[in-house]
Amino acid sequence: MDFMTLLQVLESTIRLATPLLLACLAGLYSERAGIFDIGLEGKMLVAAFFSAAVAYQTGSVWLGLLAGIASSMALAAIHGLASITFRGNQLISGVAINFLAAGMTVLVAQDWFQQGGRTPSLIGGARFEPITLPFTEALADVPVLGPIYGGLISSHTILVYVAFAAVPLTWWILYRTRFGLRLRAVGENPESVDTAGVSVVGLRYAAVAIAGLLCGIAGAYLATALQAGFVKDMTAGRGFIALAALIFAKWRPWYALWATLLFGLLQAISIRFQNIPVGDFVIPVQFMEALPYILTIIILAGFVGKAIPPRAGGEPYVKER
Amino acid sequence: MEKMPGWADAVLVPLISLLLAAILSAGVILAIGENPVTAFKLMVDGALMRSAGWGYTLYYTTNFIFTGLAVAVAFHARLFNIGGEGQAMLGGLGVALACLYIPWPHWSLALIGASLGGAVFGALWALVPAWLQAKRGSHIVITTIMFNYIAYSVLGYLLVNVLRPVGSMDPATPKFPETTHLPSFRDMFSTADTILFRGAPANVSFFLALIACVFVWLLIWRTRLGYEIRAFGHSETGANYAGISGVKITVIAMLISGALAGLMAVNTTQGEAERLILNSTEGAGFIGIAVALMGRNHPLGVFIAALLFGFLYQGGAELALWTTIPRELIVVIQALVILFTGALDNMVRMPLEKLFLALRRKEAS
Repeated sequence: MDFMTLLQVLESTIRLATPLLLACLAGLYSERAGIFDIGLEGKMLVAAFFSAAVAYQTGSVWLGLLAGIASSMALAAIHGLASITFRGNQLISGVAINFLAAGMTVLVAQDWFQQGGRTPSLIGGARFEPITLPFTEALADVPVLGPIYGGLISSHTILVYVAFAAVPLTWWILYRTRFGLRLRAVGENPESVDTAGVSVVGLRYAAVAIAGLLCGIAGAYLATALQAGFVKDMTAGRGFIALAALIFAKWRPWYALWATLLFGLLQAISIRFQNIPVGDFVIPVQFMEALPYILTIIILAGFVGKAIPPRAGGEPYVKER
Repeated sequence: MEKMPGWADAVLVPLISLLLAAILSAGVILAIGENPVTAFKLMVDGALMRSAGWGYTLYYTTNFIFTGLAVAVAFHARLFNIGGEGQAMLGGLGVALACLYIPWPHWSLALIGASLGGAVFGALWALVPAWLQAKRGSHIVITTIMFNYIAYSVLGYLLVNVLRPVGSMDPATPKFPETTHLPSFRDMFSTADTILFRGAPANVSFFLALIACVFVWLLIWRTRLGYEIRAFGHSETGANYAGISGVKITVIAMLISGALAGLMAVNTTQGEAERLILNSTEGAGFIGIAVALMGRNHPLGVFIAALLFGFLYQGGAELALWTTIPRELIVVIQALVILFTGALDNMVRMPLEKLFLALRRKEAS
């Protein structure tokens, strides 16, 4: 593999890791507050559709992004209502949200655009354009460093930088602010938070809302930056890969970055190479596709380090009387 | 004291949930500019008014009974098996191998052999998540989701690289031998004068699904194992205290669940397609969740819910054929049913409980 191929694979890794990273951080906020969220996939999917649809109608990608975030947060509100207010089963609620998104997006897309459940292709201002960072020109002629800076670091859309900036920000919020401390506490031991006079319900709703916001950005990225428009089921299991990455990362922000980059790399490799020959043996493309899930099972099984979820995860909180 | 009489819990709550889902679905149909009443009439016409329609409805019902029972059995042990889809896929592999490589003299023997193949492969696919849950505490919801994706990759690899006949581009096995052909409803119920169930895929495995319902009922409510499964689902610590092994119950409940999901493939793979294709499950594993929730994990309830979803599936196909409403409407209805009967259960239950308490107070005074 030559240098340029390597560079291309790594560049595609970053682009493919971005939606995973955003969704993974979304899951992180929610699950750290004790709300399991297997509806990441569905929230991304509605956001992808509504961002593409609104961006197409208005010609403004920013309005599209807003619409995507709003739709994702609406689903997050349903999840909150079911799992916080009515103390229902959080997993079942997540399953319902995934189906609701899968059905509604195609239904509305067909009603609005009559193109078999897709939006028309986005052009011009309806898409996020790559940003060229300063000094790209100046460094372009420097060997090795130039292509790395120009291809790998520069010339991504703004949402990629947002996603990567969200990692230190999440770390800071979780470990250096009062809100973060309370958020983590409510996922481990909600009784203690309640005793301290802080609203468990309020904190959990806040966490679910943040998850909705991040999934909204992830979905908008898929439809308006990574691709040009919405197609049916375009998330293609990314919500579940993000969930896998979250477990892989043991519910911590920096690890989430590495986990999603790893899974992004696996995706990039399987797209670029299909079947990979190693000596006489050929690694089939299906193995590369399944690898994130297999790795997650191994981590979950506790053979390589132990992944311990937040202690109060999945349990509705019932206030003592 | 019970807050609500048993009949209200078993019938009234699901019925109200269903009504809410139906009202919202009607709203969705209105919103996309169609008439819900005409749409419903079209669905009834297409699914229930002709024998061919029933043939499709009962074909889908068969799938949903199997996957619904699979989810229900796991629910009794308080295990949420989202892996029905993957288990049914692997069940398809078992059915296909049994049909392709064993020369069956008669369809009845082939049915038994294929059922065993489907059940064993489905159960084995559930074994690893079950064992990980029981022994290592890995959350079964996550592992079964992961196993769905792994199943898809495994099946894709086998169909493309191993089982595909030479010269074929289609990722599918060759057609099964003629002797494995299961009698369809048309073969069974048509007379010389009147042909019933023309072209419909419903076949003898529908009766296998009914047998599975009875089996699950006997298992859960009439055997020691069923008692242990329910006890474990009710209270893990209580069950442990009574000497019931959590590891054993988790593994056995998931094996039965996986086997039931795998049996679905007899209907789709041997009964309908007569060869194994990549996407033979078509999401039926997930519909099992809605079916089990609506059916309150009781085989009779599962049967009724499966019938309803069979009707929705066939009716939805008719709608897509005659109107501009796409098939995905069914996915929305399915989501609403899961939401109301599963996640928002308390929203329906709390006001009802208050109502019954108030009524009782009135009687007392």
